Amino acid sequence: MRRPSRFLLGGRRYSPAASLLLAAPFLLLITVVFILPLATLLHESLFLPEPTTAHYARAFAEPVYLRVMLRTLWIAVLVTALALVLAWPLAWVMSRSKGLLLGLLAAAVLLPLWTSVLVRTYAWMVLLQRNGVLNQALQGAGIIDVPVQFLYTQGAVVLAMAHVLLPFMVLPILSALKGIPEDLPRAAQMLGASAWSTFREVIWPLALPGVTSGCLMVFLLALGFFVTPALIGGPQQMMISTLVSQQVREMLDWPFAGALVGILLLFVIGLTVIFKRAVRLDRFVGTA
Amino acid sequence: MGVPDGSQGHVALESLVKRFGPVNAVDRVTLEVGAGEFLALLGPSGSGKTTILMAIAGFEYPDEGRILIGGEDVTWAPPNRRNLGMVFQRYTLFPHMTVLENIAFPLKMRGVGRAEREQRARAALDTVRLGGMGERRPAQLSGGQQQRVAIARAIIYQPRVLLMDEPLSALDKNLREEMQLEIKHLQQRIGITVVFVTHDQTEALTMADRVAVLDRGCLQQVGAPRDLYEAPETVFVAGFIGETNFYEGRLDGFARAGEPVSVVLDGGGRMTATAAQSLAAGSRIKVALRPERLRVLPAGEGLGARVTEAIYAGNATTLMLEGEGGRRLRARIPAGAGLHEPRPGERVRLSWQPTDARAFAA
Repeated sequence: MRRPSRFLLGGRRYSPAASLLLAAPFLLLITVVFILPLATLLHESLFLPEPTTAHYARAFAEPVYLRVMLRTLWIAVLVTALALVLAWPLAWVMSRSKGLLLGLLAAAVLLPLWTSVLVRTYAWMVLLQRNGVLNQALQGAGIIDVPVQFLYTQGAVVLAMAHVLLPFMVLPILSALKGIPEDLPRAAQMLGASAWSTFREVIWPLALPGVTSGCLMVFLLALGFFVTPALIGGPQQMMISTLVSQQVREMLDWPFAGALVGILLLFVIGLTVIFKRAVRLDRFVGTA
Repeated sequence: MGVPDGSQGHVALESLVKRFGPVNAVDRVTLEVGAGEFLALLGPSGSGKTTILMAIAGFEYPDEGRILIGGEDVTWAPPNRRNLGMVFQRYTLFPHMTVLENIAFPLKMRGVGRAEREQRARAALDTVRLGGMGERRPAQLSGGQQQRVAIARAIIYQPRVLLMDEPLSALDKNLREEMQLEIKHLQQRIGITVVFVTHDQTEALTMADRVAVLDRGCLQQVGAPRDLYEAPETVFVAGFIGETNFYEGRLDGFARAGEPVSVVLDGGGRMTATAAQSLAAGSRIKVALRPERLRVLPAGEGLGARVTEAIYAGNATTLMLEGEGGRRLRARIPAGAGLHEPRPGERVRLSWQPTDARAFAA
């Protein structure tokens, strides 16, 4: 009989060599197509034409760029807030339904996720444009006489982005709500809590880890969103990723584009670390 | 801790009906629970016991009938307005609060100040012998401790009635028996009315002042544990509570409840019994006879049987018997009474007091 291979440690965990080998194709891919280009870009932002922080200083010094960055933050905040407002009641209903209704709701949430962002964004353009569905409907109903400018407004950007990112908010909240046993709100009511107190004292604190990770996910994705703001927002509503693309493609100013990417990256990493800390503090709460 | 004045804890169900589709989950149940009484709702799953408890709690609304607590009609009142306590089957402590915060929760909901909340919560924690555990999280407690905290939380605001929905079913056997007595003693000490749902007859008989037996939504019998065991009023109760041998046959003549009757058995032979209810002349009969009330004598005149198996269990020996017509019976012989213990294969004669054999309409 042959000795069992040392490749598998106790049949349960792989040896470090095996682990590395199994992960190698992915690691190779991500190194070549993501880490290397990113590193090059960041390197250029700091060392072209000579070692300098000028590109970073420029991003903060020129009001145009600062405004784009602040707008990006503000839009991401609005998108997160809108997604939360839309997602909470939906996740709540889903957590308490089964069968056909749950299937329909889950499909409504997930189907957009399987559709291309571009297609969804064009759909919004069809809805919002000057002779679009929304304007025609409002005119038909006699609410407005002249078509309203929906497209290329901040409201349109926020609405479309919140729609596109909604699943990332619904799913973590849904899984947090599903983890709350049905008897828990019942117990609270029995002990004298009104519907509002039950929500405030029991449901919300227990759903908070899900809400936090949903918000974090939507916020971070919104910060770097490209297709939707570029098409629906237009030049007036430019966000940072559109600015990066413009710098690269039109200005051919790679070092400055790299600086913008660096700022976004630092911000995203910092925020993730802070949220991770906060969520870890919440973690022991959910062990019932 | 005390309970508000006596009549507050009185619960009355008036011909309660609850339908789930075509099924009557609760079928015209009328039942009273006295203030300070411990009543167990006992029945198999699907008997309607939990539905009744949920209706009292306010999580189910009955289709017909009324629920009165302390004389007040609460049939349509929401749960948080009924001022009742409840301990659930599964652990329902709030995982994001400490033990002390859990116990103080109902006081917080009633607007009691922080200092008084904490003081009363600590006292309640001592009542359930968990003093010093107040700062822990529920997940750090064992199952038995969690249910003790749930009890403390359910009684701290001196509710009119404490409802318990199989609160011990998740615990292992030894702990369950310990908790049964602990809950019973606590109930007696504070004098609160308890309605306790269980499918475990031993638990019901051990803890309750009175037991209400339910089957398919119908109330079968309400009585003290001893009455249920020794004087069951329906075939279901006779079969559900404890072990019972059933003899089937036809009544010779007719009888009113409590009268001696003579039954012609299906497999041949006759037996004398006592009518548990009014029986029509010549009607089909089931006679219920407890294994420990069967006397096993050496073979002779009378109903006979053959021993197929003898199971020794320390305090008693259970005999599996085969009577006329292949009828299977059990008899139990207590240890240490110097009684004849037949061996497998032996033929024996069976005897009993006519008052121990109860005849029901089949």
